[in-house]
Amino acid sequence: MKRFHLPLLILALAAISLGIFQHKVRHLGFPMVPAQTTDNWIVEARVAFEPTGGAVTARVLIPHQPPGLALLDEHFVSRDYGLTTGMSGENREAIWTARNPSGRQAIYYRATFYELDRHLRPPPEYPGPAAAPEFEEPYASAATAIIERVRERSADITTFANVLVNDMISAQDENIALFVPREGDERDRARAAIRLLAGARIPARMAHGIQLTDQARDLPIRTWLEVHNTREWVPINPADGRVGYPPNFLVWWYGDQEPVELRRARNAQVSFAVTRNFQNAVDAAQQRAQLLESHIADFSLLGLPVQTQNMYRVLLMVPVGAMIIVLLRNVVGVQTFGTFMPVLIALSFRETELLRGVILFTLIVSLGLAIRFYLEHLKLLLVPRLAAVVIVVVMLMLMLSILSYHLGIEHGLAVALFPMVILAMTIERMSIIWEEHGPGDAIRQGIGSMGAAIVGYLLMINPYMEHLIFVFPELLLIVLAVTLLLGRYKGYRLSELIRFRALAGRPGP
Amino acid sequence: MSWFITPRELHRRGIVGMNERNVEFIARLNPRRRYPLVDDKLLTKKLALEAGIAVPELYGVLETNHEARRLRELIAGREDFVIKPAHGSGGNGILVITGRMGERFRKASGVLEDMEGLEHHVSNILSGMYSLGGQPDKAMIEYRVRFDSLFAKVSFQGVPDIRTVVYHGYPVMAMARLPTRGSDGKANLHQGAVGVGIDITTGVTGHGVWHNEIVARHPDTGAPIGGIAIPAWDRLLALAAGCHELTGLGYLGVDVVLDRDLGPLILELNARPGLAVQVANAAGLRARIDRIEAVQPNPPPSPVERAAFVQAVMSPARRTGS
Repeated sequence: MKRFHLPLLILALAAISLGIFQHKVRHLGFPMVPAQTTDNWIVEARVAFEPTGGAVTARVLIPHQPPGLALLDEHFVSRDYGLTTGMSGENREAIWTARNPSGRQAIYYRATFYELDRHLRPPPEYPGPAAAPEFEEPYASAATAIIERVRERSADITTFANVLVNDMISAQDENIALFVPREGDERDRARAAIRLLAGARIPARMAHGIQLTDQARDLPIRTWLEVHNTREWVPINPADGRVGYPPNFLVWWYGDQEPVELRRARNAQVSFAVTRNFQNAVDAAQQRAQLLESHIADFSLLGLPVQTQNMYRVLLMVPVGAMIIVLLRNVVGVQTFGTFMPVLIALSFRETELLRGVILFTLIVSLGLAIRFYLEHLKLLLVPRLAAVVIVVVMLMLMLSILSYHLGIEHGLAVALFPMVILAMTIERMSIIWEEHGPGDAIRQGIGSMGAAIVGYLLMINPYMEHLIFVFPELLLIVLAVTLLLGRYKGYRLSELIRFRALAGRPGP
Repeated sequence: MSWFITPRELHRRGIVGMNERNVEFIARLNPRRRYPLVDDKLLTKKLALEAGIAVPELYGVLETNHEARRLRELIAGREDFVIKPAHGSGGNGILVITGRMGERFRKASGVLEDMEGLEHHVSNILSGMYSLGGQPDKAMIEYRVRFDSLFAKVSFQGVPDIRTVVYHGYPVMAMARLPTRGSDGKANLHQGAVGVGIDITTGVTGHGVWHNEIVARHPDTGAPIGGIAIPAWDRLLALAAGCHELTGLGYLGVDVVLDRDLGPLILELNARPGLAVQVANAAGLRARIDRIEAVQPNPPPSPVERAAFVQAVMSPARRTGS
C-alpha cells in the first residue's frame, strides 16, 4: 500500500483538477485562452453639476440598443440620489433626484457593451415620410434649388443624403451657405441636413455618440446624421459624408438635444471614459454559472475585489515558478543561489521587463559584490555585514534610479522593484562561494540563477499561462501533482550526463 | 572523450545519480534526527572518543565572541594547529596553521596571517558564516595532522584524505582526495582536488580524476598517482565501518587522514557524501550496494567482519565475473 500511496495521491490530485477544469470549460463555458480581440467595453459617463438649492433633478440620456453593440451590464453610481429610468421618445433616460444636495455633485453611469451583429436586432419601423418644413423666403427657394440639384445626382435615399452632405462640406453654393455657415460644425451641418432632407420628405435624425478607444478619458461627443431609407437607419458622417459607423462607435442618444437636463442645478459637465474589458468572456461564464446554480464558480477568484485579483494574478504564478525551479534543479541540474531566489527575481522581471531586468540585476549584483569584497577587509561580524550589504544595495538602487532618470532612461526607475533583501543575500552567498570555491563556481551559479529566473519569467509572463491559472486555479493541483511526481524522480540529471562523461568509453562492468 | 554520456550507459554502469542518492540513500537510510551527530563535529569527536575511534586531538572550543579572546591562550606554545567550524560543510572555513613566524602565523598556503586575522576568522565561524543554514557556530582548535609521507609526492599543500562511502555499515567504495594548487589545499574534488580510485579489497590506488578528466599524474607535482598501497588498509576499512554504529546512518561518508605518527584518524563524517567517488573508481555504486543488500545477515556482524566481508566479496576476480 505504501508503494502506491504517492502515485495514488498524484492521480487523485490530477483527476480532481482535470475534472473541475473540464466541467468549467465544457459546461460553464469558461474560455481557455485570454480574449485576444476585445469586443467588450466598459464605458463610464460622469455627470457633474452644481446645485443651486432645493430638490435637484438630473435627467441624463443613456444608450438604448445602440447599433452594433449590446448592453451586457449597467450600474448607476450616485450617493443619496433616487433613481428612475424610462424611455423618452427614442431615448432612454435616467432620472436622478435628490432633496437638497450641496457642493459640486458627480453621478456616474457605467455600462458594459459587447459587439453585436447589427442584423440580429429587428430593424425599427419606418417612421413614415417626414413632414415638410415650412420655409420662408429666401430659404424656401434655396431649399428647392438644393433639393433639385441633389436629386439630379442621386439614385436613392442614401445617395441623396450622401450627396447633400458632400455638397455641404465643399459648399461653394450660396444656397447651402444660407442653411449652414461655412465654419459650422458637425452638429450645425447635421441640423441643416435634417431640415433639407425633410424638404425632400426623407426622415432623418441626429445621433450622438463616442468612439470607443481603450484607456481613453474625456472622449469627445461626435454627431452623426441618420437617414431612414424605408428599411433601416443609415448613418452618414456629417464631417466627410461617409456612410456607416466606424467599428466600436457607441451611439449614446438621438435628437438635437443635450444629454443632460438639470433642474435647480447648473454647470453640467459630461465626460466619458472607456476601458476595454479583458475579462468579459470569463464574466459571462461566471454569470452563466450563477444561472445554472453551479457552486464551483463560487470559489472563483473573480468574485474578489479587483485589487486582490490583481495581486493573485501575480501570486498564482509563484507555484508555476516553483515547479520550474524543481525541474531545473532536479531534472536539468542547474545550480542556483538559494532555492527560490530565481522565482523572486523572475517576479521582479515582470515589472522591469526582461533585458532591462537582467542588466539592472547584473549591475547591482556586481557593484554589490565589489563593495562586499571591500567590507571583507573591515573584518565585520556576519549580521552587521549583511545589514551593511542591504544598506549598500538600497543606496545602489537609489543611485541607479536617479542616474538613469537624469540620463532620460525612465525605465531605470523600475530597479526599485527588485527585492532588496534577496539581492543582498545573493551578494553575500555569491561572495562566500567566490572566496571558498573560486570565481568560476560563483559565476556559474550566478548564471544558473539568472537562467532559472529568465526561464521562470518567460513562463510566468505568458498570457495563456496566466489566464489558465487565474481562471482555473484548480490547475494548481496539477502543478502540485507534477511537483510531487518530480519529488520521487530518481533518474539522472541532465548535468550528470556531462559530469560523469569521464566514464564514457572506459572499460566497465 | 565525448562531452556527455548517455543515460543508458550510466545506468549500465550502475552509476547512482544525485536524485537517486537523495531519495534512495539519504531520505531512506539517514534519519534526520541523527544528522546532528555528524553535522556537529564536536559531537562526532566526543562519540568517536567514547567508542575508541581515533580522531585528531581537540585543543579547545570557542563558543562566544567574548570567549574568542581565549584563542591566544589556547594556541600559546603551539607551533601548528587547525581552526575549524563545528558545523562546517564542504571543507569551508577550515584554517590550517603550519607554523609561526615571529608574531605571525603561516597558513598552509604559505601566506602569513596575524593574530587579528585569526580572531576575525574565529568570529566569522562563530557568527555562522560557514555553518549550514547560517546558525551561530562554535570554533574548534585542534591538532594539525602531520600527514603520512605516502601521499607527499602527489599532493600540493593541504591534507590529502581518504573518503570511504559506508553503506549499511559496509565500506563499499573509497577514494583518495589529493589537494592541488587549484583546490587551495582543500581535499574537495569540486574545488579542484584530484580524486583517486582505491581498490576496496586491497587499498591500492588506481587512476585519478581531476576536473572531470582522467589523469594518471598529479597536475602540480607530476608524480604518478596510481599503484600507491595504503598501509593497514583493513584497519582503515574497519575504522570506517565502525562509524555506522557511531552514527546510526545507513549512508555515510567517512573522511580519514593518515597521520605520520598516529596512523588513520577520522577527520569528519558526512551524512550526504557525494558521488564523485564513482568517477574516481570508474564504477557505479549500484552493483556493490545490491550485493550488500543481498546479504544482510542476522545478527549484524561487527565492523571488522563487515570490512573483511567487503574485501572478500568485492575482489577483482569476483567483480569481473559479474
